[in-house]
Amino acid sequence: MVEFALPKNSRISGGKTWPKPSGATETREFRVYRWNPDDGKNPSVDTYHVDTHDCGPMVLDGLIWIKNNIDPTLTFRRSCREGVCGSCAMNIDGQNTLACTKSMHDVASGGAVKVNPLPHQPVVKDLVPDLTNFYAQYASIEPWLKTVTPTPQKEWRQSHEDREKLDGLYECILCACCSTSCPSYWWNSERFLGPAALLQANRWVTDSRDEATGERLDNLEDPFRLYRCHTIMNCAKACPKGLNPSEAIAELKLKLVERQI
Amino acid sequence: MSGPSSMRTPLARVRNLGASHSGTGDFWRQRLTAVAMVLLIVPVITVVIMLIGRNQAGAKLILGSLPIAIILLLFIIASAWHMKIGMQVVIEDYVHSEKLKIASVMANNFFCFVVALASIYAILKLSSGV
Repeated sequence: MVEFALPKNSRISGGKTWPKPSGATETREFRVYRWNPDDGKNPSVDTYHVDTHDCGPMVLDGLIWIKNNIDPTLTFRRSCREGVCGSCAMNIDGQNTLACTKSMHDVASGGAVKVNPLPHQPVVKDLVPDLTNFYAQYASIEPWLKTVTPTPQKEWRQSHEDREKLDGLYECILCACCSTSCPSYWWNSERFLGPAALLQANRWVTDSRDEATGERLDNLEDPFRLYRCHTIMNCAKACPKGLNPSEAIAELKLKLVERQI
Repeated sequence: MSGPSSMRTPLARVRNLGASHSGTGDFWRQRLTAVAMVLLIVPVITVVIMLIGRNQAGAKLILGSLPIAIILLLFIIASAWHMKIGMQVVIEDYVHSEKLKIASVMANNFFCFVVALASIYAILKLSSGV
């Protein structure tokens, strides 16, 4: 059955409260999930105080400040710091989003900034989730142009109208905020492809240049791969790029009905 | 499904046994029966209100009308079918043990079939005046 409670070794125990930085006039409290695979202990939530006058405005700035000034062992992924790479996806104040585009000031009620790893994924360390399954699911939808017709000398041509159909699909940065916010994905992540992979699947099904549309739909037509989506729409709410995977999945379902009726 | 300790590659685990090429039928029928129930619900409630306080003879008289009997029969078929698909979705969502899942899906099919058949039998019996 579905596990509604955390397994014993994942239950969170009280963590360390680090002293406030000396000389800081204004600080912001951060409560950050910590787990180290090497010490055999349960996860904990550590409390830090960030000097907001010495730090950028985003949650990622706060985490980098903590790592540089208080605790170098704090582990998280980050790269572009401008919402393009998708590396710093994490759960901030109960919502999956990118730490680099989430302002500390937008965290509700000005209270502590609560930072956890993306939900329901194995944790590698601290805020780093293991996304192996997520990436394999993306690979399984074969996200590349498939054609049989000999490659033209110049390029595969596409009308402006057909190109526009890819808007709202191609922008996905595979940060996994959507998939890890989806209850259907939590319960069946081994078999349900999840909103991110399905949005990408629809991106290739929609692409007018692709010649494998039918085979792509064949590969998706499955009670678990596709039809676990119950239009809960957490994905659309979570997406830091403002995309709507739920709508993309509905389009896939419609296309499957359309080719039968 | 292999456990995390399996040495299969992540892609092999995701591809697993392949797509079943099914599910669209159930998806379509779930919507079809939903629309059918939306259309039928007002006539059905009207019939139920008409039946309130009647004895068996009165019920037989009302259900003896062909349109009324057909409305009730259609409603039973649509709702039992909808119930079967809906419950199966819930089972697939939450029951992960393969054996328990197959047993639950079977029990669900039996239950919905029995409920539908018993209801259809009762309506036919009353409407034929037996």
